[in-house]
Amino acid sequence: MDMQVAKKKLGLKERYAVMTRGLDWVPSYQKMEDIYPYMTYEGIKIHDWDKWEDPFRLTMDAYWKYQSEKERKLYAVLDAFNQNNGHLNVTDARYINTVKLFVSGISPLEYVAHRGFAHAGRQFPGPGPRVACLMQSLDEIRHAQTQVHAVANYNKYYNGMHDFHHAHDRVWFLSVPKSFFDDAITAGPFEFMVSIGFSFEYVLTNLLFVPFVSGAAYNGDMGTMTFGFSAQSDEARHMTLGLEVIKFILEQDPDNLPIVQRWIDKWTWRGYRVLTLVAMMMDYMLPKRTMSWKEAWEIYFEENGGALFKDLARYGITMPKCAEQIALEKDHLSHQAWSTFYNYAAAANFHTWMPDEDEMAWLSAKYPNSYDKYYRPRMEYWREQAAKGNRFYNKTLPMLCQTCQVPMIFTEPGDPTKTCYREVDYKDSKYHFCSDHCKAIFEHEPEKYVQSWLPVHQIYQGNCFPEGTDPTVEGFDPLAAVLKYYHLESGRDNLDFEGSEDQKNFDEWRGMATKNV
Amino acid sequence: MHIDLRTVTIKPLRHTFDNIARRLGADKPATRYQEGTLDMQQTVNFHYRPTWDPDHEIYDASRTAIKMADWYAFKDPRQFYYGAYTMARAKQQDTAEANFDFVENRGLAETLPADVRATVLELLVPLRHVAWGSNMNNASICAYSYGTAFSQPGIYQAMDQLGIAQYLTRVGLLLGGVDVLDEAKDSWMTADTWQGLRRYVEDCMVLKDPVELFVAQNVALDGLLYPLVYETIVDDVLSAKGGTPVAMLTQFMTDWFAETKRWTDATMKTAAAESAENKEILAKWVSQWRDRAAATLLPVARIALNERTDELVAEVVQQFNARLVKAGVPL
Repeated sequence: MDMQVAKKKLGLKERYAVMTRGLDWVPSYQKMEDIYPYMTYEGIKIHDWDKWEDPFRLTMDAYWKYQSEKERKLYAVLDAFNQNNGHLNVTDARYINTVKLFVSGISPLEYVAHRGFAHAGRQFPGPGPRVACLMQSLDEIRHAQTQVHAVANYNKYYNGMHDFHHAHDRVWFLSVPKSFFDDAITAGPFEFMVSIGFSFEYVLTNLLFVPFVSGAAYNGDMGTMTFGFSAQSDEARHMTLGLEVIKFILEQDPDNLPIVQRWIDKWTWRGYRVLTLVAMMMDYMLPKRTMSWKEAWEIYFEENGGALFKDLARYGITMPKCAEQIALEKDHLSHQAWSTFYNYAAAANFHTWMPDEDEMAWLSAKYPNSYDKYYRPRMEYWREQAAKGNRFYNKTLPMLCQTCQVPMIFTEPGDPTKTCYREVDYKDSKYHFCSDHCKAIFEHEPEKYVQSWLPVHQIYQGNCFPEGTDPTVEGFDPLAAVLKYYHLESGRDNLDFEGSEDQKNFDEWRGMATKNV
Repeated sequence: MHIDLRTVTIKPLRHTFDNIARRLGADKPATRYQEGTLDMQQTVNFHYRPTWDPDHEIYDASRTAIKMADWYAFKDPRQFYYGAYTMARAKQQDTAEANFDFVENRGLAETLPADVRATVLELLVPLRHVAWGSNMNNASICAYSYGTAFSQPGIYQAMDQLGIAQYLTRVGLLLGGVDVLDEAKDSWMTADTWQGLRRYVEDCMVLKDPVELFVAQNVALDGLLYPLVYETIVDDVLSAKGGTPVAMLTQFMTDWFAETKRWTDATMKTAAAESAENKEILAKWVSQWRDRAAATLLPVARIALNERTDELVAEVVQQFNARLVKAGVPL
C-alpha cells in the first residue's frame, strides 16, 4: 500500500505550479492553432511557455479572502461618506470637475481593460500568463465598478456626470481616451499586453491613476481616495505582470526585439497624448495642487522611467524616442490643453474657469520658462474679457489628429508660437496629425487608423444630431443639436464654473452644513 | 425602540445615473448591482475593428446566433457585482478551509476505506482538468459575449472553476501527493474512460458562438456533471461507504453548483422567452450537447457506480430535462 508513504511537502513555487500550469494539457482532439488562433499573426515568436515566471502566486482561495476584506472596508467608507454628505468636505466645488473627467474619461477604460484581459487570458497558450491575465480581468471589473459606485454619490448632487456612459461613446474629447483603449484591444494579444500591461500599467500608471487619487486625497475627496488606495495592491500586481510580459517576450527570441521596441515607442506616445487631460487636471483643475505636471513627468517618467529603460537595456530596449519631444512639451502641455477646454467649454461635460491670482503665481513658479511669457498674458486677457461680459465660447470645431484625436493645438517642438501640423496622403485622402509621432503611427498601420471615428468629422457629416434632426431648417443651431446627442444639458452641464448650478448649490449646502441660518 | 439621530438632509438633484433611470423607468435609487452592470460595456462609435476578428466590432452581438432586443434583459439572480461576488466566495472559502483543516488535523484521509480512496483518486482528481477547461471556456464567454449583464458572470464563473480545479488539486495532494496528480493527468490524457470527456472539453474550446459555449459548458456539461459527481456519487454513494470526509472536501462544489444554476437557469429563461427562434436554437443546442455530455460521462460515472451507472445517469438526465423545461426550453 502506498497510503502510508510520507507525502512530499511542496515549496510555494511548486505548489503554485500544480495549482495552475499542472492543470493544463496539450490538446489532441483539436489543433493548438484552432484553440489559440491569434498567436502568430503579430510576428512574435514564443518557443517555450514554461519559461514564464509567475509574477505573483495567488491561488483563488487567497484571492477571494484578501479581495473581499478590501471590498468590505471600501464599501464601509463609501457608505459613511454618503451618509455624512462627504462631498461637502472637498476643498471647493471646482474640484468636482475632476471627478466628472475621471468617471467619463477613465472609468470606462477600466471596463475595456476587464474585457481585454479576459481576451488575452483566453488566448495565450501558456497557462501561467493566462491565469495572471484572468486575475487582472477580474480586478479591472472591480475598478470599473468601485469607481462608478464611489462617483454615484457625487452624481446625485452635481451635474455633468449623469449620463457618463453615453458621453464616453460620443463626446468629442472623450474619443481621446476611448480610441486609446479601442486601439489596444483591437491589436493582437501580445501588443495588447505591451500597450496596457506594460506601457500603461507599468510606465504610465504613476502619471494617470496616481495623480487622480493623490489629487482626491489633497482635496478632501474621501470617496475617490478610498477606491484609489483600495486598488493600490491590485495595481502593484498589474505592474509586475506588465514587466514580466516584456521580459518574457524579449527572452524568447531575438526577432521579438524590434517589434516590442516599436510597440513601446508607439504606446508611450499614445499614452502620453491621453495624459494631456491629466496634465491640465493637475495644473488647473485641482484647487489644492499635489505637484505640477512638469514635476510629475520629471519624477515618474524621466527619473523612474529612465531607470526602468536602463534596466531593459540588457534586452536591447532603448528609451522611446518620443521622450525627447515630450521633454520639450512639458513646459507647455497643460497650458495649451486648458486653454482649449476654456475655449470649448460650451461643448464639454464639466466647467472651466481662469486661474485666480494665487493660482497664476503658482503656475509662474512651477513654469518659469513658459507661463509668464506665453500663457499668463492670454489668460489675463480672457479673464478681463469675461469680467467685462465678453466671455467667448468657441463654436467652430477644431481639426483633430487622425491618430490621438486631440485637437491640433500643440506647438512645434522648440517653438511654442507655431502650431504643429503634419499630413499624409493615403488612398486619395489627406490625413492630419498633431506630431511626427502620431504621423509615424498612422503610416505604420494606415488601414487601422483610417477607421478612426473622429468626432469633428462626424459632427460635420451630420452623424451627431438626435434622430430626426433637420439641419437645413432656418436658424438651426448645430451646437445645441450636438449637446442633445451627447445628452448634455446646456447651462447646467457645460460653460464656466462661475455662475453654475454646481457652484450655487455647493455654497448653499455647505452653508446648511456649517452655519445656523 | 427607535432613536432619532439627526443628520443634515440635502435634497439630491437625482437619485441615480440617467442610463439606469431610463431602464428602471424612473429616477429612483439603484442597487450596486444595477449601477455596476447596466450599460457598462461601450455600445457605439468604436474606432477600429479587431485585427484578430475584422468581421466583428469589438463588442458585437452578432457573434452569437441568439438574438436579443436588449442584452440587459439578462439579470443575475445572485446580483453579483465584484464586491458581492468576492464576499460570497470568501465566506464559502472559509468553510472550505475549515473543512480541509478538519479532515487533515484528524487524519481522516487515512481512515477512508480503500475503495473510496481509489474512487476519489480515479474519479475526482482528473476532474481538475475539466474545471480548468471550463475556466478557459468561461473566459471566452466573458471576452466575446455582448452586454455586461451576460458577460460579467462569465469572469466570475471562470475564476470559480479555477478555484474548483485548485480545490480538487488539494484533494489529490491530501490523499496522495504530486504522484497522484501525475497519474490522474495520465488517465485524462490516455485512459479510455476519459477520452470522450476530454474531446468534449476540447471541442468546446473552438466554439465561436459565446452563447452556444455557455450552453455546452455551463448548462449541459456542468448541469449533468455536478449533480452526478457531487450529489449522487460523493454525497450519496461514497458517504454511504464511509466517505463522508470526501463530502466535506467537496462541499464548495456542491454549494457552488446549487448557487450558480440559479444564474444559468435565469439566463436560459430570459433568452428562450425572447423569441420562438431563440427557443428553437437553444433547444437544439441543449439536446445536442446534453446527449454528448451524458454519453461521455457514462464511463466516468462507472468508476463509482458500476452496475448502477446507466440507471443513475438516466436519473440525472431526467432531472436535467425537467430543470430546462422549467426554464422554458422545450426538450
